[in-house]
Amino acid sequence: MPSARICNVKEGIQTSMSDFQIVVCGSIVPDPLQSLEPAPGSEVPVLKNEMMLPSVLDPWAAHALYEAANLAKQSEGSQVWLVSLGPKAKLQQLMMTLAQKVPFQLVALDGPAGGFTDSFNASGLIAEAVKGIPGLDMSRLLLFGGWESASRGAGSTLQMVGERLGIRNQFQGVDELEVKPGEPMKILERVEGGKHQVSTCQAPPAVLGWATGNLPEPPNNPQTGMMNMRTVMPAIQQAGPVSLETGGLSYSDVKIPEQKRQTRIVKDMSTEEVARELVDWIKE
Amino acid sequence: MEKVLLLIHTDGEGNLHKSMMEALAAALAAGKRLGEVRLCAGIVGAGASDAADKLAGSGIEKVFTVSGDDFTASRYSSDSAAAEAVCRAADASIVVAAGTSRWNRVLSGVAFRLGGRIDTHVTGFGEGDGLSVSRWFYRQRILASVQRSERPWIISVDPGSFQAWSGSGAPPVETEEVEVNLPDVPEVEVIGEKTPAAGEQTIKPDAEILLVAGAGWTKIQRDGSAHAGEAETLILDFLRKAQASLGGSKSMVDQASEGEAVISFMTHLNQIGQTGSTPRHQKGLATCCHGEEPHAVGWRFINERRAINLDPNCGWAQGKADVLYISDSFEVLKKVNEML
Repeated sequence: MPSARICNVKEGIQTSMSDFQIVVCGSIVPDPLQSLEPAPGSEVPVLKNEMMLPSVLDPWAAHALYEAANLAKQSEGSQVWLVSLGPKAKLQQLMMTLAQKVPFQLVALDGPAGGFTDSFNASGLIAEAVKGIPGLDMSRLLLFGGWESASRGAGSTLQMVGERLGIRNQFQGVDELEVKPGEPMKILERVEGGKHQVSTCQAPPAVLGWATGNLPEPPNNPQTGMMNMRTVMPAIQQAGPVSLETGGLSYSDVKIPEQKRQTRIVKDMSTEEVARELVDWIKE
Repeated sequence: MEKVLLLIHTDGEGNLHKSMMEALAAALAAGKRLGEVRLCAGIVGAGASDAADKLAGSGIEKVFTVSGDDFTASRYSSDSAAAEAVCRAADASIVVAAGTSRWNRVLSGVAFRLGGRIDTHVTGFGEGDGLSVSRWFYRQRILASVQRSERPWIISVDPGSFQAWSGSGAPPVETEEVEVNLPDVPEVEVIGEKTPAAGEQTIKPDAEILLVAGAGWTKIQRDGSAHAGEAETLILDFLRKAQASLGGSKSMVDQASEGEAVISFMTHLNQIGQTGSTPRHQKGLATCCHGEEPHAVGWRFINERRAINLDPNCGWAQGKADVLYISDSFEVLKKVNEML
């Protein structure tokens, strides 16, 4: 019998597991095409012109959101929340596009989203926001997020949020979540050497830090956008300001590394000569 | 006086991977920067007690071990409980760990339980007084030194960042098996590993050279046709002959989910760059790839870089590669494979 997949689901395959509460943690990061330059901040460094930089939803968190939406679509009664910590104005900007992708309810926290803040304190704020979701049922909870962010890139916030919520089954670098009727969830996590570790998990709650999965970015859907915006805009308006304590964290020598190389551009060699030079280099 | 704990794990056969000896070198370096310290180790996994002998001569005073069937497989509930128990038994203020997938899955959670802090993906130690660690932010685009006053401070070092310690001498004076209480949670069972669908290992972290294939391999060529099949053959042939690891640009790996012609063995696991991996190889060869900035940040730790591209104005020409060959990758790689 073919496996019935909940995430990365094959069309037409039904599953018996349903009714998940899926909370996706994800915040904003600068658009990858932007040049970044560090600047001194009041407590920790910031990015130069940070508020002016175009932002996107953190790429791995975005994958997590798309997987969550796909799972909810296949599992009747499931709900998806996106918990996002970031400057209110930037969150609002992001939602203009993100809300058109997939259905979700937003829980917004108005605070810094930079990569130099500390995950320990950020996880505290996010965990409190998750706990505040009305009707949250831990026995149905799947806590999703990116396995790392494109800002701090530490892979630590989601784990700590899970710990703060008392979730002791966690998976990181997830590329696939699969369920067969009447059987435990099957999860593929990235491990060294381009392999996946395959595990089964009897039941929620669980933390899944997603890598890329296999789903493409959903196309914009204006109807989804209109539906989402009914709850997204009030959520942003109601988002209370939060601050992140830095504690004993400090930085020095924050810099963009010198990376410019003197590139030798070879235009006039024959294919044979190029190949010979490459082979010699490979064998060096 | 600070106390430094080296936290490592065995593999399924009870061996210590090279990355564990790199973490040992990092722990020793941390100790040196702190001045007078006490140094101990914690080993989790199959054959942990026997593995303690591999640390002989390093200066480790005591080794805490956790072994048994529950700790052979890598899973969050058991690994985090074991790491927590070792850290509490050692009562260390600085914990230096190998940044493997196994430890990176759990150590942030462990830091939280201990009331400590963590820095992952550490690539070195800063200069100056006290202990500071170097790590990258914004996906290898900004480098910074980090200091912390909170303890315990867990420092997870990226594999390949330190020269692996090697030596010999008297075994550690003392070993202690630590008792671990496993939490009562829904059962997680590790049922195996899934290897690449092509049946061929294309990702080899220990390879000397990285071959990166860009989306150009599957595009229409000068004869008006695409040659994805030929590209697959050339790339696989090169990987075998040069013992190379394979990476891909985002546009290349995204093609699979966008329904375009694809290289069948190329997956998101191969992806290099802003939203992919940042591998460590001595040499890297980019083919049919434009060297855009989001991709090139994944090359941060590739020392020698060469690229083949038909466009002399591509990103590689902008100071990102040592050598850029303006040539046809199909023709060059075919010839290279003949010569290798």
